[in-house]
Amino acid sequence: MASKSQKYEKFSAVFLLAGLFFLIVAFLILGLAPATQVSNIPDKVGMPTEIPGDFQKYYSSLEQYHEGLLNGRDVYISEACWHCHSQYVRPVSNETLRYGPVSQPGEYQNKLNLPQLFGTRRVGPDLSRESGKRPNDWHFVHLYNPKWVVPQSVMPQYPWYFETKKVKINDGKDERLEITPKQEAIDVVAYLQWLGLHVSSVTHKYYDNDAIVMPPRN
Amino acid sequence: MSNSNSESSLVPYGLVKAHLLISVVFVFVAVLGGMTYAMQFIDLYPFKAVEWFSPGRVRMVHTQAVAYAWIANAFFGIMYYMIPKLTNHRVLSEKLGWVVFYVYNVLILATVVLILAGFGQGLEWAETPRVLDPFIAIFVVLLVVNLVTPMWKARSKPFYVSVWYILAALIWTPLVYVMGNFLPEYVYPGSGGAAISSMYIHDLVGLFVTPIGTAMVYYLLPVLMKRPIFSHALSLIGFWGLAFFYPMNSTHHYLYSPIPMWSQYAGIIASVGVHIVVYTVVFNIVATIASDWKEAIKSTEIKFLFTGTICYLITCIQCAIQVTLSVQSIIHFTDWVVGHSHFVLFGVFSFWAFAWIYYLIPRLLNTAIYSESLKSWHFWLSTLGIFIMQFDLLSAGLVQGYMWKNLAPFIDTVAASMPFWWVRAFSGMLIFVAQVLLMINIYMTWKQSRDSAPANANLATAGA
Repeated sequence: MASKSQKYEKFSAVFLLAGLFFLIVAFLILGLAPATQVSNIPDKVGMPTEIPGDFQKYYSSLEQYHEGLLNGRDVYISEACWHCHSQYVRPVSNETLRYGPVSQPGEYQNKLNLPQLFGTRRVGPDLSRESGKRPNDWHFVHLYNPKWVVPQSVMPQYPWYFETKKVKINDGKDERLEITPKQEAIDVVAYLQWLGLHVSSVTHKYYDNDAIVMPPRN
Repeated sequence: MSNSNSESSLVPYGLVKAHLLISVVFVFVAVLGGMTYAMQFIDLYPFKAVEWFSPGRVRMVHTQAVAYAWIANAFFGIMYYMIPKLTNHRVLSEKLGWVVFYVYNVLILATVVLILAGFGQGLEWAETPRVLDPFIAIFVVLLVVNLVTPMWKARSKPFYVSVWYILAALIWTPLVYVMGNFLPEYVYPGSGGAAISSMYIHDLVGLFVTPIGTAMVYYLLPVLMKRPIFSHALSLIGFWGLAFFYPMNSTHHYLYSPIPMWSQYAGIIASVGVHIVVYTVVFNIVATIASDWKEAIKSTEIKFLFTGTICYLITCIQCAIQVTLSVQSIIHFTDWVVGHSHFVLFGVFSFWAFAWIYYLIPRLLNTAIYSESLKSWHFWLSTLGIFIMQFDLLSAGLVQGYMWKNLAPFIDTVAASMPFWWVRAFSGMLIFVAQVLLMINIYMTWKQSRDSAPANANLATAGA
């Protein structure tokens, strides 16, 4: 009665061979091996050694700027920006024309890439070469209300990262809204302008013409 | 079954009932999250500029609720039923089961609240906040100990196919959870972390949801059809094929990324290998149904099982096509992938779980289901919804992919996606309404069982 196949229908075979052995082999080959291989690649990027000019008014020391980059990355995670914006440029589909040079493993061996934020969907464009493509002010307006700069955008608004107050103008006759970024918004923009900072001499291409700045409607 | 006394002590019915009832609540939360998120794309978002309901956070709640609240709870409940029945041994401790039930679901609620408060983790399918990860890992291990004990006690005999799948899944799940939630978060940055994270993305579906789902069909289908499964040999090939190929699929989630290319090729080859698994399982299920086609199709439970199996076949054929590098170059990053994952987790595994819910809930509550027609509506609206969504999102993916390749300005590709996003919201609405019908039906059945509890007391508790 005991056929040969029956030993593959028992606890021990399923537990040891399927449950442990195959999984561990797969983890070693496709998880640990590539992870070890790339962890030997030196970090090409590193933390910036100076505060970029546009940010010197926001950060007084390099440590503060580094802290800001990490905080900006944390906001980027908590708002799930990475669900709609990828962070790697592929060598196919003309992506080098649209975004810039193809991504290399050495660009991601940085503490700002722990955890990695490659992303799997592009509802919005890739951000790995974002640095320098758009001015900081554009980013602040875009974060506050994306439709003010890109009318067809489907990106959500993030007004809670801004301080809004009414200011009297024209000797108190008129009122206007004054919107100023909170520290989180500054940190996020610092982070966005850091993404691809090391290759940012590659200026943006014709195909990024969605970056044309529209005047705010209000 | 005849001997209700020993039966009721063998299977922890209270636990089965609790997990299944709460899963019905969570499937509603999951589709509500998805529906709300879909509104953002068509500019009708109901909570514009509200921090706690920001679309990005709601999306994380949607995916976490699908995987850990709805599917996990339903599967836990179904396993508490299947394992004692198949091994003829009790779980280690019913008390432990209750502790796990309460703590696990409190952790799920904490996940929802913390994600909405802005504490989501930056790992796909592992957005559970970092502070909760260790606790979830501990309670998953306790659940596994509880459920593996009866299999260990029955270890001397060969098991039925469902038990192989469940046992393997229960060993895989805690290992995979620890790997995917801790290594990419704390140890490996960049591409190394991505390689491990992609393994988690794939293993959550491939090594937790798929094997337990398959086990559920292999159990329920013969019971409903009152005949054995078509081929034992095929089920053996299907299981060992899954155990060998599925864990190695991982890297196909990040093709053309900076992960070493050799591991991407390996992932692609293993993904194509999965076909051996899928065709054997699908053939086995369909052949079993085909043996008594006309009778089978009258039952809504079998309709759910059958439609789920067809969806399984379609997704897997799709998978082998989309993992090839040439197709990836177009469809990666597009809505195609979104369509694929909805088809897998809703069209396949949720459908199989619905079949189980309709089979078990009336038996657990000693009450006939409140409305057969609501049940039928639930099936047809869900089916219509998921097929429209799949077709729509695949088409959207092709449009987006080709427009990107042809260097259309990015915002033009957003504008071109708009009609597809409207159809997606419509199909989502069908799915949403269908799950409301499920909730109403189960709630009314539960209410009726409360009202007429004494009258039904001597009906058999469960069994077919």
